[in-house]
Amino acid sequence: MTSPLAGEPTAGEPILRIRDLGKRFGGFAAVSGVSLDVQRGETLAIIGPNGAGKTTFYNLLSGRMAPSQGSIVYKGQEIAGLPPYRISRLGISRSFQINNIFTEMRVRENVEVALTAWHRESRRWFNRADRNPTIRREADRLLEQLSLGHLAEQIAGTISYGDKRLVEIAVVLATQPELVLLDEPTAGMTPDETSRIIALVRSLAQTGQYTFLITEHDMRVVFDLADRILVLHHGSPLILDAPAVVRANPEVRRAYLGSEDVEMAGAP
Amino acid sequence: MAGLGLALLNSLDIGLLLFIIAVGLNIIFGVLNVINFAHGALYMLGAYMAFALMAGLGLPFWLTLLVAPLVVAAVAILVDRSMLRFVYQREVSDSLLLTFALLLILNEAVRLIWGTGIHVIDPPVPLRGAIDLPGGLSYPRYSVFVLLVGACTLVGLWLLFNRTRLGKIMRAAALDREMAQVLCINTRLVITGAFAFGAWLAALGGAVAAPMRAIDPGMGDKIIIESFIVVVIGGLGSFPGALLGAIILGLIHGLGGRYLPDANLVLPYIGMALVLLFKPHGLMGARKSA
Amino acid sequence: MNLSLRLFFALAALVLLYALPALAPFFYIFIGTQILILGLFAASFNLVFGYTGMLSFGHAAFYGMGAYATAMLLQSLQWPLLACLLVSFVAGLVLALIIGFFCVRLDEVYFAMLTLAFGMMVFGVAHQWRSVTNGSDGISGFSVGSLGLGLDLTLGNPAVYYRVVLVIVVLAGLALHRICNSSFGLILRAIRQNPERVAFCGLNIRLYRLAAFTIAGGFAGLAGGLMAPFLRIASPELAHWSTSAEPVLMTILGGSGYFLGPFLGAGLFVLLETWITSLTQSWMLFLGIILALMVMFFRRGVLGTVLDAIQARQRRRQP
Repeated sequence: MTSPLAGEPTAGEPILRIRDLGKRFGGFAAVSGVSLDVQRGETLAIIGPNGAGKTTFYNLLSGRMAPSQGSIVYKGQEIAGLPPYRISRLGISRSFQINNIFTEMRVRENVEVALTAWHRESRRWFNRADRNPTIRREADRLLEQLSLGHLAEQIAGTISYGDKRLVEIAVVLATQPELVLLDEPTAGMTPDETSRIIALVRSLAQTGQYTFLITEHDMRVVFDLADRILVLHHGSPLILDAPAVVRANPEVRRAYLGSEDVEMAGAP
Repeated sequence: MAGLGLALLNSLDIGLLLFIIAVGLNIIFGVLNVINFAHGALYMLGAYMAFALMAGLGLPFWLTLLVAPLVVAAVAILVDRSMLRFVYQREVSDSLLLTFALLLILNEAVRLIWGTGIHVIDPPVPLRGAIDLPGGLSYPRYSVFVLLVGACTLVGLWLLFNRTRLGKIMRAAALDREMAQVLCINTRLVITGAFAFGAWLAALGGAVAAPMRAIDPGMGDKIIIESFIVVVIGGLGSFPGALLGAIILGLIHGLGGRYLPDANLVLPYIGMALVLLFKPHGLMGARKSA
Repeated sequence: MNLSLRLFFALAALVLLYALPALAPFFYIFIGTQILILGLFAASFNLVFGYTGMLSFGHAAFYGMGAYATAMLLQSLQWPLLACLLVSFVAGLVLALIIGFFCVRLDEVYFAMLTLAFGMMVFGVAHQWRSVTNGSDGISGFSVGSLGLGLDLTLGNPAVYYRVVLVIVVLAGLALHRICNSSFGLILRAIRQNPERVAFCGLNIRLYRLAAFTIAGGFAGLAGGLMAPFLRIASPELAHWSTSAEPVLMTILGGSGYFLGPFLGAGLFVLLETWITSLTQSWMLFLGIILALMVMFFRRGVLGTVLDAIQARQRRRQP
């Protein structure tokens, strides 16, 4: 079996350094013994059967939960146990599995909230929120980038599911992250919408500005985008390697599908 | 020294009564995720029911103690089916507003039916008077009775939650309502049942307290604040926390009443603030997991 | 409705309100003053509830604090009213900062419970601390002297006091409105809808909740300061939870989703109270029933229900 930490690290310090990360709920270990380095600019996919600990792993990285043990070093700084707002400020942004946007507000306002928060414009008590040209310009730019311009004035709760996911990504990008955690970004989407997301993430990744972590069940997305794949099983890492190696690995097949012979569904 | 002993006994007395009431609040919170603002009013209703049954219908004390809480529980079921069911699926503040409205309604209803004056009922003959304690003290027999009722309730509840299927179902519904529904537990029934059970406990507290205290329309307001303080100190949703909080508040009242009578009103709040400062979720409270 | 039309109606309404003492019998001046002050009280509550999503049952603590501050200053130092009101505002602000610090750290359910408890603590202190607050008798026997700013007005005249209250409430309302529509207000609204998301955008939402709570306390204090000379007394009941229930009901009645909702609710509340108390002693019973019915069936309040219906009809017209 290949060593769990295989895959050549590219030049430069890893943006994320995780050592022996673990989270217990009472007697149950949701995540244990996770150690890895994430390189700047790479796209790392995290897969595993349901209950493998992917969401808990994200919760630990984004500050929603504090780890029971281990360390998370982001750009040289220990962030394990910090609250979400501090971690966001440092440059880590996260999307959620279930849409987590402001459904009563317009699409534009959703993005403006994120921008207002990020630029600390929220400290202004006597201005007009709807007359803030800097914020408005940036919001327009972001909406255009995600092809949401035509929906800007719609109430976010009334648009299609796929578009809602895009709004979520707009909100995620508004806070100028360097590390983006996408939690099942294509869940519940039509094939068309999924292609759009894949193209979007690829183009963002190609700018080199972002490092992506993506949890996914859709193998097409995973194999299309991932530079490396981490497989989690029962909360522990099974393997971390290039896609081709992971796909061929018999243990991964067994963990996912219960049998070594079956092709991983959806993989090209 | 004797004074201290008496103060401690008083504390236990007050504490266990508060425990019975606070546990009801906890159960309702645990299963419904709602603070029942009307909880004090239900306690008051229990006391008035006891009065109505004993003084009005002439029922013996022991029967009253059985029937009064059941009547109030029936009222609670009525309230749940006619009012609370509209707001369960909505955000929590709507349920809070509704129990608050219920508080206003019950307070006035009691005033309308029984007037604004004070009513009194006497303990049954065997529980009157006092027993002699070492050190020349005397302790009211009825207070001993309250201690007994409190202890029985404590044990009974512990058994219910840890040893019976019903108790486990309630705990499951409290932890994860969706999951409980998936497991085909009739959550509607559990919710109504929990509300009725919580009301039953509050009313039991009221009926038991009735011979000890003046029955007046303000007693509900007093006790709801006390229950809140108990639950904040002990931790919302924690059974042992409710006991701990109740004992602590009992001690504050018992010892505070004896040694710091002027500050007696503010002491509970100071206690609450101190706990909040260092342990925002209460001494034994735990955050409900996301 | 476009901007200039709205402005026209607003100005017309203000002119009418200002002219009220000349148009209507004394009774309506009395009611009008009450509605204005309580409207401000309710609007300050709505900053916390409708905008930031926190249900407080202890808002009267700050209202009562403001009332006592003005009453005590008028009684012992005879300061001009504007100076007293400023102190009332600050007193409400500071008390809200202290109480808010304890209450804001936790989620909704705890918050409602804690604000009730702390509110009753303030009531208890006002009731017991005879040497300072005169206990249950309250502080009375003061009269309102001058307004301040060199203006010579007979504030003892109800019509004059009404107009002064009108001006102050309108100014305070405008300030509050500005705050609600600012970037700060935008974040508060976002916190109400999805606090976690706001945290993930890099803000410490606890601080923002505390800020909203504190500002609301200031405006509630101001309302209390206006109420004390009107009632000619500052008593502990002003801090009791039954007083805290009033802005809650007014806001639900009028509609928590719109800035003017609480003001409309205050108007409806006072009119209802005046009518019902002339018929029966059990005003609280009806208050409870109305609150229950509104929460169950008309959660958006009168203004909310009406405006929602209008907007729905407009949307249907444009396919």
